[in-house]
Amino acid sequence: MEQFAPVKRSKDGQPVRYLVVDDSVFARKNLVRIIETFGGQLAGEAGDGATAITEYDRTNPDIVLMDITMPQMEGIEAAEKIVRQHPEARIVMVSSVGYQENIVAALQRGARHFVQKPVKPEVLYEVIKYVLGEDATVSNAAGAGA
Amino acid sequence: MKMELIQPFINAADAVLAEGLQCSTTVSSLSMEEEAYRRKGVAALIWVSGDIEGRVILDLDTQTAVRVASKFAGTELPESDTLVRETVCELANQVTGNAITALNDQGFHFRVHPPILHTEDGSKSSEDTEALVICFETASGNVFMNIALRYNRRRQGERAMAAGQ
Repeated sequence: MEQFAPVKRSKDGQPVRYLVVDDSVFARKNLVRIIETFGGQLAGEAGDGATAITEYDRTNPDIVLMDITMPQMEGIEAAEKIVRQHPEARIVMVSSVGYQENIVAALQRGARHFVQKPVKPEVLYEVIKYVLGEDATVSNAAGAGA
Repeated sequence: MKMELIQPFINAADAVLAEGLQCSTTVSSLSMEEEAYRRKGVAALIWVSGDIEGRVILDLDTQTAVRVASKFAGTELPESDTLVRETVCELANQVTGNAITALNDQGFHFRVHPPILHTEDGSKSSEDTEALVICFETASGNVFMNIALRYNRRRQGERAMAAGQ
């Protein structure tokens, strides 16, 4: 898998920490592999929206990658609840259902961006950098490919 | 069953498989099926409700599912029941989600339900839920998609009334 120039937190130079939320273990594993190519670190995982909320409180991640269609509580509702409690939360919706209404609903309820599945690593990489803005730096580590 | 409902699913399956497997795909067969669906391997079923309702089944044999999972992951993965089930469900989720996105942009509104494993051979299709079975040939093996969709008559009536006003 392609390696990208590591994205680090500006404040302390540590890896960006991700909370990955998807009801599919397979999808979560793929996302974890992708964020590792960005130099990221897994803070936690959740398989539904309700668990995502408790995992956010427990892990305080830098970025949440959130699926939309999930059992018990869907991603948009979970994103809204997280942002209500933590207005600084950076949530990127990652879903195969990418029609405009869905994207607008997610953004209106607090998500920062949207990435459609199947996830292209180079697209997610750019979105992560955009969402983190000045809170991230891209290190020019040797061997970085992108 | 209208082709305008089916084509987005064919396009979505083609795009998702081509992206995940990094290869081109071809539709090797396409047939109508009125009998109960007989699984070829491990099958995931997704229900769709709204302006259009019905279901989509994605079906792969075990070895194909392991090869597809390995391709998607970018590394060789060992065979396991969990991996195979997860792969088939996620593939069904991505294909259906992408198709629904295209149909929604055409003005149809509906909801996709989370994928479930299709463990039974199903009940017989009714007259207006006849299924279309499409076989996609890929470098990792054959992927079967079985689609049974119909217009929601109540919603269709409401749309016609709204258009007439």
